[in-house]
Amino acid sequence: MHRCVCAALAVLSLVGASPTPGSAPPRSVPWKASRLDKPNEHVIFLQYGETEPALKLKETMPVEELNPTHYPARRAAAVAQHFLNARHGSPYKWFHVEQVQSATLEEIAGVGAKYHVVFSAKEGVCNQSVGLCTADVLFPEAGGDQTAPQVQCSCEGPLAINASAQEEAFYRRLRGSNSPVTGNNIPDSFGFIAPDMKPLWILAGVASSFVMLKESNENTLYNLAQVANVTQLESEDKQLKFQYHVLLHEMVSQEIIHWKLLVTWAPAGGVSVLHPERQPHCHDCVLPPATAPKERSDPE
Amino acid sequence: MRGLLVLSTVFVAVFGLKAFEGDKVLRILAKNEDQISLLQDLTEMDQLQLDIWKEPTHPTLPVDIHVPFESLQSVKAFLEANEIEHYIMINDLQALIDEERHEMQSTRFIEPRNTDNFDYAQYHTLDEINAFMDMLVAENPNLVTKLRIGSSYEQRPLYVLKFSSGPNRPGFWIDTGIHSREWVTQAAGIWFAKKIVIDYGRNQAFTAILNKMDILLEIVTNPDGYHYTHTTNRMWRKTRKPNPGSSCVGVDPNRNWDAGFGGPGASSNPCMETYRGPSAHSESEVKSIVDYVKSHGNIKGFISIHSYSQMLMYPYGYTKTPVPNQPELHDLARRAIANLASLYGTKYTYGSIITTIYQASGGTIDWTYDQGIKYSYTFELRDTGRYGFLLPANQIIPTAQETWLGLMTIMQHTKDNLY
Repeated sequence: MHRCVCAALAVLSLVGASPTPGSAPPRSVPWKASRLDKPNEHVIFLQYGETEPALKLKETMPVEELNPTHYPARRAAAVAQHFLNARHGSPYKWFHVEQVQSATLEEIAGVGAKYHVVFSAKEGVCNQSVGLCTADVLFPEAGGDQTAPQVQCSCEGPLAINASAQEEAFYRRLRGSNSPVTGNNIPDSFGFIAPDMKPLWILAGVASSFVMLKESNENTLYNLAQVANVTQLESEDKQLKFQYHVLLHEMVSQEIIHWKLLVTWAPAGGVSVLHPERQPHCHDCVLPPATAPKERSDPE
Repeated sequence: MRGLLVLSTVFVAVFGLKAFEGDKVLRILAKNEDQISLLQDLTEMDQLQLDIWKEPTHPTLPVDIHVPFESLQSVKAFLEANEIEHYIMINDLQALIDEERHEMQSTRFIEPRNTDNFDYAQYHTLDEINAFMDMLVAENPNLVTKLRIGSSYEQRPLYVLKFSSGPNRPGFWIDTGIHSREWVTQAAGIWFAKKIVIDYGRNQAFTAILNKMDILLEIVTNPDGYHYTHTTNRMWRKTRKPNPGSSCVGVDPNRNWDAGFGGPGASSNPCMETYRGPSAHSESEVKSIVDYVKSHGNIKGFISIHSYSQMLMYPYGYTKTPVPNQPELHDLARRAIANLASLYGTKYTYGSIITTIYQASGGTIDWTYDQGIKYSYTFELRDTGRYGFLLPANQIIPTAQETWLGLMTIMQHTKDNLY
């Protein structure tokens, strides 16, 4: 079982001797959407805050109240969830929608469908509520340049939940190890995840959120079904680097969609997804397990 | 590490003590050699009775120490005074031991001799489920019979357990596993079967139900698919019938019923997961149920169980036109979901299929409703996407328990409103 230590960490810092003067405060993890400093790489970046000018130009359309338990509101909330994870997720931070409270829909001619959703959400590793989140999700009209939804989302509770001790420990363990980590079928058929693999599963969920966000529209609902395989790769910089093959489940079509992702992460920054590649539709797929790359030579 | 826990377990079992209650295991991250040195000093303080799992050796390697409850304050004070980074890796060692012991017991590979020995908290193969059904019938010959309603494409028998306390009763149908990858449903079906034989004669409300209605339970509604999820592809949903002219196999058995068949909400492409099939009832897994329902002629409630999404839905899926008794079905769903949630707080949404989840044509309960089975419902069990189809086995029993409360609500209402 994945033991959560985030709350415990907070308790620990309150108990015991007060720190000596001059000691550093606990490290917080600033969010970072993605790295935009290598424009040649196919980095997925998040559209944020760019919707306002377009919206102001159009005439005001009637705003329709949506039933929060029906699927249109829930699909919009799921998109906001993908946005939160891409932005704030880590191997120890994974957000999920709990319940949609309310939602409205505004069809904007020439632009698209704008959903305003209020939903409760939770961070799953520490089982900590982030309170109510409010999101604007704009699905662009078909036929335009844009296909990915545009999202703005903020939550009542803290999204920068302090999981830094676990993240540091995980980072150091994988950086320092001589044999790169690999895994297959996470969770396995029985829903089991080895404790060592759990952060890699969560990281897959977060990385998949980049893809799920970009691929979402009003007629889709995505979840990570399984990590087919993951292989740790050598990294030129201080980031951890992984090659992932993930299975995404799309609820409306019920299809299992395969994606290959190159994922990087370090505690100080966020998750980045490079070279996302949708795999061809494979009807009767049997995936080979990940083969471990040759062992790295010791660093100089 | 595992050996240590086994030893501790033996110790505990023999002496009947809960030896590690309140103990924690701390993971300590030394930054430099000085801190390593300090930690080595710490480990030599015998009075603390520390149990070192990972010795302090090098700053890059974590130091794991099992700290007895009595020594926690002192150790934390020491670590904090020296600014040594650490966190709680195991918050309650006794709880972890208890959990491991339970896990070890449940992964025994001994074939159960009876349904009391059967492991309900694990996923089972088709053979194991068939054996279970035979044991259940043998143990309860006056209550349970096994019917064969047909064969799958690959000639596997389609079995229905009939629970009956007397002849000429109306029937209440429950099926699980129509989509083979939805493993929690077959597992819940097994649990329901056992629950029925336990509760009849012991639980007043349930006894009243079974005294008035038979229960018909098809646990593995798609055995070919189920076998395939075990041997080849865990994500297989459909039947395993080949499609002429295509390399793609299988038909979605929940798009193959004669209700809105051919309309939007299903695919005409054999390579798709929601392929409706060449014609309505083309799949023997579906046709067998159709024939059984028609020949029975007296089925009053019909529940088809799926996963995942945590929903309880009534017809229709193929059209937005509401069913005539929509207010009754909606209110019954509301009550069923409230009872389901009363156990573990699991939240379900409810409504018609087409408004709650998506448009789907050729669906099971649209057909059964149009046959006159007024109380037709479909469940989508746990969870809402975190694990999805790969729900951890330790959630099987809680899921089955809470779902049973929902089923009881619907069965009770059906019994009280027979038509």
